[in-house]
Amino acid sequence: MLYKKKWPLVIFLLPGLVMMLVFLFIPFINNIRFSLYDMTSVVLMPGQEFKYIGLENYKNLFKDPKIRIAVLNSLKMMGLTVVFQIGTALLLAIMVDAVKRGQHFFRIVYFFPIVISATAIGLIFKLFYNYTGGMLNQLRTLMGMEPVNWLAPNIAFIMISIPILWNYVGFYFVILLTGINGISDEMYEAAAIDGCSKFKQVFYITLPLLRGVICTCITLGVTGAIKVFDLAWAIVPKGAPQGLTHFLGTYMYEQTFTISNYDYGSTIAFLIVIFGVTASWIVSKIIRPDDNL
Amino acid sequence: MNGHKRKKKLSIGYMIIYLILILWAITTIFPFAWVINNSFKPSREVVNSSFSLPAEFTLDNYENAFKKQNILKSYYNSLVISCSVTVAVLILSSMMAFAMTRYNFFGKGLINSLIVSSMMFPIFSTIIPVFKIMTKLGLLNNPLSVILPQVAGNLSFATIVMMGFLREIPLEMEEAAYIEGAGVRAVFIRIITPLLRPALATVAIFCFLWSYNDLFTQLIMIRKRVKYPISALLIEISSKYGTDYGLMAAAVTLIILPVLIVYIFLQKNIIKGLTAGALKG
Repeated sequence: MLYKKKWPLVIFLLPGLVMMLVFLFIPFINNIRFSLYDMTSVVLMPGQEFKYIGLENYKNLFKDPKIRIAVLNSLKMMGLTVVFQIGTALLLAIMVDAVKRGQHFFRIVYFFPIVISATAIGLIFKLFYNYTGGMLNQLRTLMGMEPVNWLAPNIAFIMISIPILWNYVGFYFVILLTGINGISDEMYEAAAIDGCSKFKQVFYITLPLLRGVICTCITLGVTGAIKVFDLAWAIVPKGAPQGLTHFLGTYMYEQTFTISNYDYGSTIAFLIVIFGVTASWIVSKIIRPDDNL
Repeated sequence: MNGHKRKKKLSIGYMIIYLILILWAITTIFPFAWVINNSFKPSREVVNSSFSLPAEFTLDNYENAFKKQNILKSYYNSLVISCSVTVAVLILSSMMAFAMTRYNFFGKGLINSLIVSSMMFPIFSTIIPVFKIMTKLGLLNNPLSVILPQVAGNLSFATIVMMGFLREIPLEMEEAAYIEGAGVRAVFIRIITPLLRPALATVAIFCFLWSYNDLFTQLIMIRKRVKYPISALLIEISSKYGTDYGLMAAAVTLIILPVLIVYIFLQKNIIKGLTAGALKG
């Protein structure tokens, strides 16, 4: 037997495990602990002690109108992600597969926004949305229309969602297209001989066989939607206007690092974990990935 | 006659599909082309005619970005952070994956589930205590305060990718080396690491881009302008000079450009690296 002597394990395993312990596991537990205390600062002065307040912070969640907006926006984002992001990706993947030619080109071009930082994309859209001289209002002026405030309270959420959704379509497109390419051509040929039209083939062959991949995409999309931060923050920081465009991530950041409400920030952070776990559990219950595979 | 008609109908269908596909391609190219084009115009021209090519071609915005905004310093800060993160993740994760796939030991199952479950932790759920650690150690504004949590955050994914790869490698070569008297260290460095090269490339691409693009950790840990990595600097420029559209366009172009160039040469590997990272989880 090779690898019987166990002592090298210490050298190989320990450094990585210590990193994860110190910067992931212990902080994760501490974050939950923080949410149960009244923290006036991050670091204690000598002789000072944080007051234990139990579930007070969690009760406050229910009284906070801004967290309600943030939760609703994050939930809306999950829904929009499934319908528009993964939906668009699926349509594009089916269409690219149907035309056969140019697959390589479309892959490269559609995927490109993913490698670009969300900050840069957010700032480009900020330039698009600006009231004076923004790209969209220039277009409107060219067409003889009045400029519009693209980040007005009634449309701000939609306008911020658009780049967030658009940005990642290519990612799911590539995953789904890889899945479609994996389906054997014989299946389609047999269906064509039996008189199944191209359109029907999509519903009777492609979609059922793609179920596992689609489920993976939905899980990724839903858990990704809860992590929205960079792009939203780059377009309008602090959930402007009036906190209407806050997501769980941006609200947690604002509470913790601009208002210095560390314990409440920890509470929101833990809420994000709860939402993430629940969402992926629900997704796995609704569309069991292994049903048809 | 009938066949002819059918073929014609089909090709119209194809035309429509191509049209839709090209329209989507335009949406992914246009924003970047627009911003690059406008970075060569003075701000007053961007505000009035952002769609035409520069009438008054200028490099002033870039001069401003390099001289006044000192964007090179931020590039340097970003490079230090992202390279350190990448190298550290590669070394630590390949060692962990080697231990996890080659050795049997007590608690292996537990460690395995710890690695898998830690991929579920969103950055939000650990950042406040990590911020506390960094404050206590006086490491805020130090690149280490960004590097350490980013390494930890990427480690589990990287280890899982490497483990998947190492399991496929047969033991024969290692066996032969041990018979010839090589030690574990020599086997790891001379045999395992070269064999791992494709997995190392995947992980390196993922970690580097992820770290270069991550704004959240940068914003929290680095509060001094001279220490800003590139994304944090961009936010700073946007909040102070948001109305100087020319400068904004140049700054955004400068953050996009290196990635664009690398993407053109390595698109296949990058696409594989980024999607593999997600699928393993």
